[in-house]
Amino acid sequence: MSFEVGPLAASPPVIPNYGGPPGGAHGCIARNGTFCWDWVKGHWGDVLQPRLLEHLELTVIAVGIGFAIAFAAALFAHRQRWFETPFSTFSAFLYTIPSLALFQLLVPFTGLTKLTIEIGLVGYTLLILFRNILEGLRSVPGDVLEAAHGMGLTGRQILLRIELPLAFPAISAGLRIAVVTTISLATVAAYITPLGLGQPIFYGLATDFTTEFVATAALAIALAIVADGLLVLAQRMFTPWARARRRTA
Amino acid sequence: MISAFDTFKPHTFVDAFRFMADNPGLMWQKTAEHLQISGEAMGIALLIAIPLGVWLGHIHRGSFISINLANIGRALPSLAVIAIGLGIFGIGQTNVVFALVVLAFPLMLTNAYVAVDNIDPDVVESARGMGMRPHQILLRIELPLALPLIFAGIKTAAVFVVATATLGGIVGGGGLGDIIVNQASYFLKGVVAASIAVAALAFAANFAFALLQRVVTPRPLRKRLRAIEPDVSTGVAEPTTA
Repeated sequence: MSFEVGPLAASPPVIPNYGGPPGGAHGCIARNGTFCWDWVKGHWGDVLQPRLLEHLELTVIAVGIGFAIAFAAALFAHRQRWFETPFSTFSAFLYTIPSLALFQLLVPFTGLTKLTIEIGLVGYTLLILFRNILEGLRSVPGDVLEAAHGMGLTGRQILLRIELPLAFPAISAGLRIAVVTTISLATVAAYITPLGLGQPIFYGLATDFTTEFVATAALAIALAIVADGLLVLAQRMFTPWARARRRTA
Repeated sequence: MISAFDTFKPHTFVDAFRFMADNPGLMWQKTAEHLQISGEAMGIALLIAIPLGVWLGHIHRGSFISINLANIGRALPSLAVIAIGLGIFGIGQTNVVFALVVLAFPLMLTNAYVAVDNIDPDVVESARGMGMRPHQILLRIELPLALPLIFAGIKTAAVFVVATATLGGIVGGGGLGDIIVNQASYFLKGVVAASIAVAALAFAANFAFALLQRVVTPRPLRKRLRAIEPDVSTGVAEPTTA
């Protein structure tokens, strides 16, 4: 007995879960081309856009919580020097756990949930934010602080009016790194829970459908670049003195 | 994606070390692969990014390239770069090394540029007033003063690269990621064992560059260095301001 191969090969290829290719049996999708615009157009509404919004949500929550923790820790470490080493060691420890593994390790405790992803993502923002905030606070020149003391400013006034504004460039630089890093790691998080832009990437890799992972990856990259660009604009708006100084220099 | 999960028990960590002891061949091979992939990426990034960043900072030019373009590079999610690389280069290590260089390069370039560019202009002017030539200013004034920030970039990049090389496991690039993405074969103890190895490698890389920083920093500046980054061995930081 021999099986007929002809009719099988001639039947139109079906893209897993996404129906037949719009370009017909010989279109880009049927050939599994590197990037098929047809697929992107056809699945923006049901695949790409919802994942993009999920991704944004994951990122905003993680960076928000991470910033609150790192900011409090950095302020404390700025006053109590002993605190720096334990906290930076702790956050560096978290940072060195590979993301793929950390998410797996959290699963037995928090399950295949969003909480697992957020705990992991927050953990990864701490080191960057803590280091940058603390470096920023410490970069304030000694004579500036002395002048502030001499003017009779209290510790709180020095912090709010002198240290934080002068530390702002370093803090916002840290925030930018934290945001783009979180966007990046959130794609990896989809290895555990099918949320965010990582989901179509892993799905595309698993089903060997190139356009899906290439297009989603491009979207993830675009998201990171746009987020970074918006943060730069925000930084410029909030530090007009830096631009003025640059112009005179 | 993961099909089955181990239940996580306290002795999973003990099992992880037992896993290392039981599979020394596998662990060494994957660790060596991991180090090789990370080392290649760090080497390529260091050779290009540091000289370029320092030089651009010295001439105070190209802030667009060194900051904006580098930020675009830094913003690229590694998994996405690997995925696109897979579409271009196909399966293999080239893919992963390329993605790691893309990751490390901007971190180093931006830090090196900012470090040199932001040095107090008065200091540079004083040096010029003392009759120093531009290359003397670069080598004796700007570079030593910029070292802490340059090395901050290198150390961060090293930790990033070693940790991110794990993603290679997803696309069959080798390294410890091969174990981490294969919980079905190696169980959670194997995943933990490989993670410990990755973390140890990242710490070692960070430590190695910290040591290098200490060696290349001129002696008079080391005191200030210690004040910025407290010596873990003594745990005491000297105050930066009197």
